[in-house]
Amino acid sequence: MSDTIQELYGRKGRNITDRDAQEITRVEELAYDLKISDVMTRDVKSLTPADTMRAVVALLRQNRISGAPVMEENSLVGVISQEDLMRALADDDRDAPIHKYMTRNVITVKSYEPVVKALETFARTRVGRLPVVDENENLVGMITKGDITRGVLTAIRRDYQEEEIRRYRASHLFEDIISDRTSLILRYKIKQGDFVNGGQASSHIKRALLRLGAPPQLARQCGIAVYEAEMNLIIHSTNGGVLRVQVEPHRILMQTSDDGPGIPDVKQALTPGWSTASPLARSMGFGAGMGLVNIQRCVDKMELDSTVGKGTKLLMEIHLRPDEKFKAPPGASETPSV
Amino acid sequence: MKLSEIIQHAKGTVLNPSILAHDYEISGGCGADLMSDVLAVVKPGAVLLTGLCNPQVVRTAQMADVRAIIFLRGKQPPTEVIALATQENIPLISSDMGMFELCGRLYRAGLHSFETNWNGFHE
Ligand SMILES: Nc1ncnc2c1ncn2[C@@H]1O[C@H](COP(=O)(O)OP(=O)(O)O)[C@@H](O)[C@H]1O
Ligand SMILES: [Mg+2]
Repeated sequence: MSDTIQELYGRKGRNITDRDAQEITRVEELAYDLKISDVMTRDVKSLTPADTMRAVVALLRQNRISGAPVMEENSLVGVISQEDLMRALADDDRDAPIHKYMTRNVITVKSYEPVVKALETFARTRVGRLPVVDENENLVGMITKGDITRGVLTAIRRDYQEEEIRRYRASHLFEDIISDRTSLILRYKIKQGDFVNGGQASSHIKRALLRLGAPPQLARQCGIAVYEAEMNLIIHSTNGGVLRVQVEPHRILMQTSDDGPGIPDVKQALTPGWSTASPLARSMGFGAGMGLVNIQRCVDKMELDSTVGKGTKLLMEIHLRPDEKFKAPPGASETPSV
Repeated sequence: MKLSEIIQHAKGTVLNPSILAHDYEISGGCGADLMSDVLAVVKPGAVLLTGLCNPQVVRTAQMADVRAIIFLRGKQPPTEVIALATQENIPLISSDMGMFELCGRLYRAGLHSFETNWNGFHE
């Protein structure tokens, strides 16, 4: 996938603030998380090939839409759009059947694909609306860029509401995690050189895990790993980066990413004692060159992926053993909440 | 060893006495000025001896479940650092002794070292 959402939406060349960056990454994430079926319009107005172009005018006008699928005996045979209608009007041919003007090579998207797939198709084909089909090629909906924007906005609003719920009702959340219903995502923007607040994100993460009922040993392992990773963003990155933690029923995924400077020799960086920390960082107690080694010791899987000039991604994963499952913190209600 | 005994050995002053409602059992000790070294060796419930006084010392202690921090050579951490430690319920102690001296005293008094098992060293 070459284009990012940001590129598809044409933000190229514009200055992006910290805040934008955070929102964009969340939107990008949503474009992968949301399925086309989550945002598409299900109530599809369709026509048949034998209907006239007059019927197209009426349908588009009544429903304030710019196009419609053409169906013949439950199968999708074409789409008819405003542009097709223009051609008919130019020919003064309103009574012609739709099949004379419709587009037959229909580009479709699948309902179970992520929204980003529809965005790519819009960008590639320049069409404004796409029929959505299920795994059996049956038409199940239509999708436009407007549907996507609405869907993403709704999801972001839901995010904020969930944030509130997280804050005030953490006791209900662990139940969802136990019952495999939820994965909890925590994300933090980390500023380069911010030694004063350094570790705050990791501190939140550790506390959240304990509140969710994680065993102390597990919270400690995660805490140490994300703290070393957070400090590396503060000490070594050019513009800071993002720290993201995803708590799932059977594992915890932790990840940092930044956009530079990148590591020239990853193997060397992993050597115990190797450090390029600045004198300032060293005066603050960093630069032991043991951070990545410590992380490796705390997690089940670590992947360090870095390109000079592009940035660094550090993936850390802890698998939960059965006895490490999240347990109800004392005083939490017994019945799962919705 | 109890934290109160450690404070006596260190001739130390508690900088946030409000949170010392009761004594703590300390599982062992670690002396370091490099935070990753602390995270590499320390086990839960330890006392940390350090010459640094910045917020990162408290953060490191919080991540590693360090029970108490001793600042050496009479160093006084800034008030923000004391506030952070109080919020995280970590007692801060100031001692006039240096790293070598206090480590030696505590080790001789029987406080377990968390550095002995590092890389199979000693045991
Ligand atoms: N996000 C990053 N961006 C660039 N370089 C990094 C990053 N993370 C780690 N490094 C490189 O890897 C080295 C080792 O990292 P680490 O083991 O955490 O030790 P330390 O942070 O004490 O130097 C660093 O000194 C630095 O050169
Ligand atoms: Mg580091």
